[in-house]
Amino acid sequence: MAVVERIAATRAVTRKRKSRPERGEGRTAFFFLLPSLIGVTLFLVVPIIASVVLSFTNWKLLGQPQFVGFANYIRLFTADPQFWPVVRNTLFFTFEYLVLNIIISLGLAVWISSLKMGQRWFRVIFFLPTFTPGIAVAIVWMLIFAPGGFFDFVMGALSIHLPNLLTDQKLAMQAVIIVSLWAGVGYNTVLFNAALDMVPANYLEAARIDGASAWDRFWKIRLPLISPTLFFGTVMTAITSLQVFDQIYVMTRGGPGSATATLGYSIFQKGFQNFQMGYASSIAWVMFAMIMALTAFQFWLQRKWVHYDN
Amino acid sequence: MTTRTKAKANARRTLALDILNHGALALVALLFLFPFFWMVSNAVRSNAEVLAIPVRILPNVFEWDNFAKAWTTLPFGRFFINSVVISVSVTVITVLVSCLSGYAFARLKFPGRDKLLMAYLATLMVPSIMLIIPLFLIVNKLGMINTFQGVILPVAFGTFGSFLLRQFFLSIPLELEEAARIDGASRLRILVSIIIPLSMPAIGLLSLFTFIAQWNNFLWPLIVMTGADNATLPVGLTLFQTQQTTAWNYIMAGATLSMIPGVILAVVLQKLIYNSISLNAGMGGR
Repeated sequence: MAVVERIAATRAVTRKRKSRPERGEGRTAFFFLLPSLIGVTLFLVVPIIASVVLSFTNWKLLGQPQFVGFANYIRLFTADPQFWPVVRNTLFFTFEYLVLNIIISLGLAVWISSLKMGQRWFRVIFFLPTFTPGIAVAIVWMLIFAPGGFFDFVMGALSIHLPNLLTDQKLAMQAVIIVSLWAGVGYNTVLFNAALDMVPANYLEAARIDGASAWDRFWKIRLPLISPTLFFGTVMTAITSLQVFDQIYVMTRGGPGSATATLGYSIFQKGFQNFQMGYASSIAWVMFAMIMALTAFQFWLQRKWVHYDN
Repeated sequence: MTTRTKAKANARRTLALDILNHGALALVALLFLFPFFWMVSNAVRSNAEVLAIPVRILPNVFEWDNFAKAWTTLPFGRFFINSVVISVSVTVITVLVSCLSGYAFARLKFPGRDKLLMAYLATLMVPSIMLIIPLFLIVNKLGMINTFQGVILPVAFGTFGSFLLRQFFLSIPLELEEAARIDGASRLRILVSIIIPLSMPAIGLLSLFTFIAQWNNFLWPLIVMTGADNATLPVGLTLFQTQQTTAWNYIMAGATLSMIPGVILAVVLQKLIYNSISLNAGMGGR
């Protein structure tokens, strides 16, 4: 989003052309904007407001909603035994997934950029899952992880003794993370690879002539130069991973027990299985607060590692 | 002489390392593709062979007609058509609405324009899962649960398209439309016959990403399309997952079907995708 705002800002400055105000232009603008405005109001503005209001009610779809003040939030933070484990699961997933995603996609991006031939084909291969339905991906992996399935078969052949991933309290989240990584590293791989392509070749050449090793050239030149892109990828990945739902719905339904229940899954469960619309809305706002907090934290952290060439 | 042989040996060593480097990544890529292989390999065998222990990498008997059976009997064909109708409709509405509003933001003067644009940008920060509950209640109120309009309309008015197209429209020289203005062409006429034809790269990109997002969307159609006949492909896949005897082979055939459009688009439009992502990379967070 920051990209978008930046473009907006530059454009706003550079493109201030004088054009005579014209009669009827406002009216034309109104009709051009009308479809969008109706849609945005009905399906974006009203829902956002409704979501706030709902979170202060106890509406259960049937009957009249009653205003209950902060009762939903108080119940969440103090009384609901499922809430803190769910928050913990969500943070656990987000942290491990985010770190591994960035490491793997950066590694792949660097590896691809070291090739003399076929770069674009490798990019396409790793990008493929990004364009396929997450549900289908999760179902295929579920078959791989099924008891007695391919994963267990390989582990057996390697004499590694593991309980079945999907049915084990401790390992189920690892299975979800593996699937999410497979589905999710492609976008960042292409993103980082594109950024690496933009590092001027003469910088690297100059460093090589000065005797910098490949290792130094990576840590001291390429990494700082792509750090704004790395930051962008990290922020976007964090925002989406806090909302994780599809993989969990298919593979574990939050189980075994509540080992993989996340905030996204909780909203679905409370809202559309128990029809506690008010309570589920309050969980949604907790999630929004977490997204904002994590994003703000990353923006604070960027001063320490992101280099902008101003 | 010795320097020349040394240089030759060096060149040979770099070549060998190069081949090794390509080969090693090719191996990683092959392993990465394994789930696709596993899906297709299990789609074309009997269900007994899917569940056989020990695992069989390739089926003993290839049942290629499983695709046809999954298409008609389950009915993934119906789900496929539902998915096409929904994804294409959302894409068409999004493009039309975004062209109109993008043009207003780019070229028309009206009070509060910049503030409205900022408000549009701010909505991009709201995660979609936040809106699921109120949207469901609105669709319910409008009596559109389990209808196509109920699943299409609420997701067809995203603000990103307006913004993306506004940015592109701004890059088109003003002179091109001024000539038409002098000839008395209306704004709508100018948009349709001058601006839109020049904006095909941006419109193509918006269409591609809107289509894919809807094709892959799960939670929203799951909630709105309560009737089994109206399920989209991703929702349909989960319907049979929970049955007593799961027909894994047909589900894998359905999963294959659901992946085909995305795989084709990713391969055919790889250049467009790479260029759009590298635009992000170039701007990255700055």
